[in-house]
Amino acid sequence: MTKTIHTPLYDRHVSLGAKMVEFAGFVMPVQYTGIIDEHLTVRENAGIFDLSHMGEIFVSGKGAPAALNNLVTNDVEKLKIGRALYTPICTPEGGIVDDILVYRDADEKYMLVVNASNIKKDYEWIVGHMPKKLDIVDRSLEIALVAVQGPQSEAIVGEVVGQDLGDLRYYEFENVVIDEIGVRLSRTGYTGEDGFEVYVEAERAGEVWDALFDITNGIGGVPVGLGARDTLRLEMKYCLYGNDIDETTTPLEADIGWTVKFDKGDFAGKKRLEKQRDGGVKRKLAGFVMVDAGVPRHGFEIIDVDGNKIGGVTSGSYSPSLNENIGLGYLDLPHDELDTEILVDVRKKPRLARVVDTPFLKLLGGK
Amino acid sequence: MYPEELKYDETHEWAKVEDKVAAVGLTDHAQSELGDIVYLELPEIGTEVAAGGPFGVVESVKAASDIHAPLSGKVVEVNQAAVGDPALVNRDCYGDGWLVKIEMKDSSEVENLKTAAEYQEFIGA
Repeated sequence: MTKTIHTPLYDRHVSLGAKMVEFAGFVMPVQYTGIIDEHLTVRENAGIFDLSHMGEIFVSGKGAPAALNNLVTNDVEKLKIGRALYTPICTPEGGIVDDILVYRDADEKYMLVVNASNIKKDYEWIVGHMPKKLDIVDRSLEIALVAVQGPQSEAIVGEVVGQDLGDLRYYEFENVVIDEIGVRLSRTGYTGEDGFEVYVEAERAGEVWDALFDITNGIGGVPVGLGARDTLRLEMKYCLYGNDIDETTTPLEADIGWTVKFDKGDFAGKKRLEKQRDGGVKRKLAGFVMVDAGVPRHGFEIIDVDGNKIGGVTSGSYSPSLNENIGLGYLDLPHDELDTEILVDVRKKPRLARVVDTPFLKLLGGK
Repeated sequence: MYPEELKYDETHEWAKVEDKVAAVGLTDHAQSELGDIVYLELPEIGTEVAAGGPFGVVESVKAASDIHAPLSGKVVEVNQAAVGDPALVNRDCYGDGWLVKIEMKDSSEVENLKTAAEYQEFIGA
């Protein structure tokens, strides 16, 4: 077994009383005060997260924009410097290798933020599918990531960086200074709330966390673990790699077709995805709410009212904001239509659920 | 955290024995490890349960776990208040958050359970 990695903030989590778990090779806080409390505090106030397990891979060099555009489905050539973009990376078959954020730092320089569980796979994939002349560097362990999310996040982060953040729009980033430490400040997140993500050199992560934590804590915000991070993203129907999407699912099936830009030229998976677009998908990732008691969980079967298998649960949980049990799953068409009654096999007991519009929680989605 | 008058099993249930009937619930260690409890699936009154066997399910936000019977017998009472408000188990696992009462088949099984001190040693508390 490989050795687990501590983020630079490990000691802080332990002294805050966090329950630590192993996740993708890292020892991470799953909860501090409790998932429901942390979740609701992010929705109403603010929460601070250690996301240092996420990977950062830098791609630069002559021809980087076109080469990267060939690798991902969204359009990173059109992406403006100072902005970020969400995109899948697909296999030639259209399956999802990973879903990532792409930051454009300069004309021919990008930072890719990848899922912790995929760092090694992505690095090898990118190196294997890009021209040899490009510079591709995995800096995942040198860079820490702290997020502040929630309606109060602009006030908190603004105070810490000492500037008005009203002009930094959703999915924009800039280099700022916190306590004389240069950081990348990005108005992004995975909660559906307004929020910020701060990328900082690992050696200085503790100081940046402390500065953000003190202000967050001072106004009643809380540290948030991976447990609430999962329930927050689920209410927004944000995909979780390994649960909702993987190499056997395509962006069109996952209902993130907006990330596939067919008009931009060739890219990995384009032919297969075009075929799927023209012929129509056979299954689609849909959201449902349990009508009967029971919590849907990853891997549970979904059947129709006549008992035929029509899909499977990919994510499910109690939703703290809605006080209902909600789930995501791939449903064979046309069972994905709104208000369709489906049955979730909860430990051999079929429980009634209903397909609903998503996101489950209607938010403005930041600025 | 682990009352002396209760008996404990290795799957983190407690039993409070009074004559032929034992009240059963989850230990403080169990509720703390589970985190926020959001759902309880408990048996019907009259269900026969066997010591060590699963008789119900507890779900926290993160995951589902089986609840095991510390003693064999018949379920004679179910705590509907806890079914309606599963967070009772987090708030008061030895009091209002009890789960079921079991009419014991064989009182000698109680001897197989741990004392509070033995249980604390078992969980490394």
